Amino acid sequence: MTDQTLMDTVETPSAGRPTPLGIPRLHLAICAALVAFFIIGPFFLYPVFLMKVMCFVLFACAFNLLLGYGGLLSFGHAAFFGSASYVSAHAAKAWGLTPELSILLGTGSAALLGLVIGALAIRRQGIYFAMVTLAFAQMVYFVSLQAPFTGGEDGIQAVPRNMLFGLIDISSDNALYAFVFVIVFACLFLIYRIIHSPFGQVLKAIRENEARSVSLGYRVNRYKLAVFVMSTTLAGTAGATKALVFQLASLTDVHWAMSGEVVLMALLGGMHTVFGPIVGAAIIVTMQNYFATFGAWVTVLQGTIFVVAVLLFREGIVGVLGKWLKKPL
Amino acid sequence: MTDTDLILSAKGMTKQFAGFMAVNNVDLNVRRGTIHALIGPNGAGKTTCFNLLTKFLQPTAGSITFNGRDITTLAASEIARLGMVRSFQISAVFPKLTVLENVRVALQRRRGHNFDFWRAQTVLGQFNAEAMRRVEEVGLADFAHHTADELSYGRKRALEIATTLALEPEMLLLDEPMAGMAQADVERISELIKRISANRTILMVEHNLSVVADLSNTITVLARGQVLAEGDYATISNDERVIEAYIGVGHD
Ligand SMILES: Nc1ncnc2c1ncn2[C@@H]1O[C@H](COP(=O)(O)OP(=O)(O)OP(=O)(O)O)[C@@H](O)[C@H]1O
Ligand SMILES: [Mg+2]
Repeated sequence: MTDQTLMDTVETPSAGRPTPLGIPRLHLAICAALVAFFIIGPFFLYPVFLMKVMCFVLFACAFNLLLGYGGLLSFGHAAFFGSASYVSAHAAKAWGLTPELSILLGTGSAALLGLVIGALAIRRQGIYFAMVTLAFAQMVYFVSLQAPFTGGEDGIQAVPRNMLFGLIDISSDNALYAFVFVIVFACLFLIYRIIHSPFGQVLKAIRENEARSVSLGYRVNRYKLAVFVMSTTLAGTAGATKALVFQLASLTDVHWAMSGEVVLMALLGGMHTVFGPIVGAAIIVTMQNYFATFGAWVTVLQGTIFVVAVLLFREGIVGVLGKWLKKPL
Repeated sequence: MTDTDLILSAKGMTKQFAGFMAVNNVDLNVRRGTIHALIGPNGAGKTTCFNLLTKFLQPTAGSITFNGRDITTLAASEIARLGMVRSFQISAVFPKLTVLENVRVALQRRRGHNFDFWRAQTVLGQFNAEAMRRVEEVGLADFAHHTADELSYGRKRALEIATTLALEPEMLLLDEPMAGMAQADVERISELIKRISANRTILMVEHNLSVVADLSNTITVLARGQVLAEGDYATISNDERVIEAYIGVGHD
């Protein structure tokens, strides 16, 4: 066998022949469909609703980078989503920063917070890891409740939509939509790239057999910390963008229920899939929006759907679909 | 015997689990370039010794030197980086990766590209030829593109050895490399171990005494966490205490 034929057969995890980009055709097709959906979407659906979907899609994918590919269940991801949301809202409102800088600042603070919390949490395994992240997230919640700049129970309201780069007016929903679309899809591409990178391959090895990875000389904690920070950073981008879309940063964003919701999104869609969290996030956000009139029943409905989903397809909707198609999705 | 002859040496190595002495004051000296066997009845502490030597466990007391360097307080990942790589008693592969990818994970560690998160995975294709050589070496060429969890037990062990060899370690620690293998596989892996031992040191735990007799230069017998005897096969097999320890266990 020559090197070339070897490469062809090895690089494709049986999801069709590889393209020059190294992305299987099926994945390219799904990506194209997603892009097309979100371009055509605003003609049929409310742009603000779609922007909310996109922000949560990014949040869920960022979270699942850690859960599905790092093998670490964080129960405190609202801390990163929410704190980035506060920072970007504050930067836009109090300092009058442009949207891209506000989001960058929010993202950066989530990265920093992720580095600190991650460094302390990754030494723990399994449920202990989840508990440590939850504990830190509760501390962030407490700070958000007490700190002078977060506006306590009211949050930071009426966040202005400043001029993009100081030049472009994005106060209309359509202009803002384009901006959010570019951010979210750029981040999603990055996540896809991380999962399918040499680094992603090491993550997979660590998840499959940590002791063996150590015995091969991998310093596994560095990889875990790296993927933790990547995950919190991108969760931060989602939160920061969300604050500008809704012109609001509030306690909901840092509440533990938000951490739970993102776990739900990933599990519902399929944590061992690339596209699962996208589906999971879309379903949950849609449910919350259209069933909002049911009030507290949304939560009950959500709970029921979760239980049914876990019982019927433990691999999540996309996970089951992938099994059925015999292709990794 | 000068100090440089010894590649690995443990002095007074002890491990206590909640009051129970799993390894008790063990001195172990492995000469460079030899195949050294560690044998003993079940529960003698062989695997625990491996865990201590490779720092998967921290010894309660004692010191360990590898290549003249005190490694007693190092992390397990650093031991591998110094050139001492272990296998596990329960076969350790990456189940959802293909055979070729399993070996590539080791190559990736040694040759780089392990932190590149911005690159496409296709760059790892450059390791395929070398990985394939390792896979062929252990007779798994036909299975290169199967995922590891599809392999039989014996083949998983072979894959494990291929992965370990890909790191080109100076010293290998093999924990029962032939347990559960068919006779044909035992012979092939015996041959392989003989071949790779040419410029390496091997410390192995093995219950198959004919394999031990055939391969090893030195044998250390462990029982109840302590060294019972040490020497070549002829010496060991005639030692009263060793016979008693083995038979004694049979009567348990
Ligand atoms: N993590 C642990 N905690 C408590 N006891 C342990 C632990 N690991 C091993 N032991 C005990 O230490 C003793 C030695 O175990 P070890 O696995 O080293 O034996 P072994 O010589 O490898 O046996 P085998 O031939 O069955 O593999 C056993 O009694 C075992 O129960
Ligand atoms: Mg053992």
